[in-house]
Amino acid sequence: MNHTVLTEHMTKKYQQRKITNRVMIGLLASASCIALIPLLSIFIYVLAQGLPGLNLNFFTQLPQPIGETGGGMANSIMGTLTLILTASLFGIVWGVGTGLFLSEYPPGRLSNVVRFSADLLSSIPSIIIGLFVYTLIVIPMRRFSLLAGAVALGIIMIPTLARSTEELLRRVPVHVREAGLALGLPRWKVILRIVLLGNSRAISTGIILAIARVSGETAPLLFTSFNNQYWQRGIDQPTSSLPVQIYTYAISPYEDWHQQAWTGALILVSLVFMMNMMTRYLLSPRRSSK
Amino acid sequence: MQSTWYPINMSRFKIRRRSRREAHLGDLVFSYLLRLLSLGLALLLLMIGFFLFRGAFASISRFGWDFITGSVWDPVQEIFGSAPVLYGTLVSSLIAVIIAAPLSVGIALFLNELAPPLISRSIGFLIEMLAAIPSVVYGLWGIFVLAPSLRTRVEPALVKYLGWIPLFSGPFYGVGMLAAGLILSIMIIPTIFSLSREIFRTIPMAQREAALALGATRWEMMKISVLRSSKSGIGGAIILGLGRALGETMAVTMVIGNRAEISASLLAPAQTMASVIANEYAEASNDIHLSSLIEIGFLLFVVTFIINGFARIFILRESKS
Amino acid sequence: MNTKAILEVKDLHAWFGNTEAVKGVSLSAAYNAVTAIIGPSGCGKSTFIRCLNRLHEELPGAYATGHVLIENIDIYDKKVDPVSIRRKVGMVFQKPNPFPSLSIFDNVVAGLKLAGVKRQSTLKEIAEQSLLSAALWSEVKDKLHAPGTSLSGGQQQRLCIARALAVEPTVLLMDEPTSALDPISTAKIEELMTELRKKVTIVIVTHNMQQAARISDQTAFFLSGELIEFGETSQVFTAPQKEQTERYITGRFG
Repeated sequence: MNHTVLTEHMTKKYQQRKITNRVMIGLLASASCIALIPLLSIFIYVLAQGLPGLNLNFFTQLPQPIGETGGGMANSIMGTLTLILTASLFGIVWGVGTGLFLSEYPPGRLSNVVRFSADLLSSIPSIIIGLFVYTLIVIPMRRFSLLAGAVALGIIMIPTLARSTEELLRRVPVHVREAGLALGLPRWKVILRIVLLGNSRAISTGIILAIARVSGETAPLLFTSFNNQYWQRGIDQPTSSLPVQIYTYAISPYEDWHQQAWTGALILVSLVFMMNMMTRYLLSPRRSSK
Repeated sequence: MQSTWYPINMSRFKIRRRSRREAHLGDLVFSYLLRLLSLGLALLLLMIGFFLFRGAFASISRFGWDFITGSVWDPVQEIFGSAPVLYGTLVSSLIAVIIAAPLSVGIALFLNELAPPLISRSIGFLIEMLAAIPSVVYGLWGIFVLAPSLRTRVEPALVKYLGWIPLFSGPFYGVGMLAAGLILSIMIIPTIFSLSREIFRTIPMAQREAALALGATRWEMMKISVLRSSKSGIGGAIILGLGRALGETMAVTMVIGNRAEISASLLAPAQTMASVIANEYAEASNDIHLSSLIEIGFLLFVVTFIINGFARIFILRESKS
Repeated sequence: MNTKAILEVKDLHAWFGNTEAVKGVSLSAAYNAVTAIIGPSGCGKSTFIRCLNRLHEELPGAYATGHVLIENIDIYDKKVDPVSIRRKVGMVFQKPNPFPSLSIFDNVVAGLKLAGVKRQSTLKEIAEQSLLSAALWSEVKDKLHAPGTSLSGGQQQRLCIARALAVEPTVLLMDEPTSALDPISTAKIEELMTELRKKVTIVIVTHNMQQAARISDQTAFFLSGELIEFGETSQVFTAPQKEQTERYITGRFG
């Protein structure tokens, strides 16, 4: 082929290439729109179906027996809050502590193993964690309990927290730590007071995200904290929780319970989104530039 | 900016401990405490494997390989063959990946290479919101919105026009394999999307300009400079998405129809590993049923372990090159 | 030297958002000549050269106005497609940027393949020619299927030159092509350019005044986005008309 033939060939091809380009750009743009459809649909339905059931009773009353209308999810909301609080008690210490070890101590075989384990642990399906806690706590105790549910949620929090703490603290400049050491503070005080407290805002976003992640978890609670139609009676007793209650009501055949499930979903989604928004606000450049 | 701070190494640690005992006693205790916690995290992983294996032992010793190959799952007769459950897991996850992978990579390309910053940021934010919605809410939406619309609109049309393909034949209920695959695909979009976008962001501008300066159109530039050089990273992202789909429980349990049978049709009800556990834990009255469910859990644990190990190797290879 | 202008720039302005980086530049480059653009860093010389194949506007928030005529076609005309322009105007960048996922051979013919040339014999022929023109053939002829990134920095840059030449451009833009290279590789590329100018018109941005003096026929001096002086290289370096030019080439500022 000589040059002019080649050029002609290219010009002819070029029309085709331009069309391919337009088609592909159109496809990519529509992919973005398609993915937003389910999100919108979920939002609209949760709002439209959930709002009618939203009233004071929902927050203050216990579930009604089948056949009676009214009632609320007060015990489930309390249950979820108690579960999260109990889970946080050990989940935060364990997760943040591991994160500190990874970011503040020299890298070695242990830190590599720990980092790898954290990544794997965070990708294990949450139902497996539930099953593990079931064999660890529920079977020996011969009873579903708030404790078991909290342990399951706590375990789910640990790897997320460990990695987020490590990531966030690695951004803290070295001189901040050196300044502390130069004052003659022992290393552990530098880590706790200067590194950890000095970055409490960043650390707390990691904690909020971890809590947001577990507060919607249902699968690990099914056979750990189980469910309970009454108020929580003790740490060794089964407890109701918002996600499990939504599940129970959603798969029931009763119209009234479906309504309650949607309202529960509205509360749960708002809770999770509020926490996500909070972290965005805390991390926004305007706030973090001190 | 990454900073490293390791001014004290451990061998010096001991010498200084003798000279300034009090300050360093605190350091010693603190560092061992953190070590203990970190070691605990690694041990946790081993413990999960061990406890599941122990719980599954009765089932493993009674059924052996038949547990995996057997195609009858009948708790009443105490026959536990998990082939239908494994099949359901695999097929529903594959449907999810087939739908979600091109969509997610496409969105990542669109937002990173084409869209103006404001649109890119807001759509990116919305896609990431998909990840924040709890699984049980997806399930609720699946039962009352997705499944009914599949039953009344989509599936009749599928049967009418594509019914000659076994995949779309037979009776339909709305709930079933197709519904599960669809809902899973929505749920794994943010996973594949976020990772792909991260990978695209690491590609230097000079690579894109090299293609544009050669007379590439936008799409050709994306193909030659962006997609080609992030192949293995995208592979890793897709495998991670698959891993998420395999273990997703609540939404699937609520829309898959919960019937442990292998059917050629995607419209038929099915069962996955996670959904069978969630569904039958309450009615597992005898020990062998319970042990079988735990064995399913153990298998799921092993599979996700392998899959995530794989994905990490892929992504690591990407970041090295 | 044929003094017929092949590249004419008229009143070119380039913007990054609200910042004007090139402020109304007009100049013309002669056919098969080497035109050097010099000036202190941040003077807009890179932005200027990136306007000559409309690559500037690919950056977010960047745009340009004015006229750039190549072979009497205004590439800023509304009817002109920037993509088709870039096949006529090749470009070599500051840092060598071969496609990391492609072999040496595929890098060279990437532009042709994009343009729809599929015949292996044609591709092979042009690849050999281009690598010969870029003085790289003897070094890579036995490993054409090794990755492009396996070469040394200087070789990679010559690979990029071969890649640009393969689509037979009429103008070759070079944006500080030797700034990331060692002196020996730099010398090789300068030597190469004196060969290349027989086939193609070259516009080169350089921060190295000796380089400009060595290789170019015409020199343009830029300062703060404005064209201060433009003329024959020998004249600009020996008898500059403007005080700013003199101060710059004698090393008193910039």
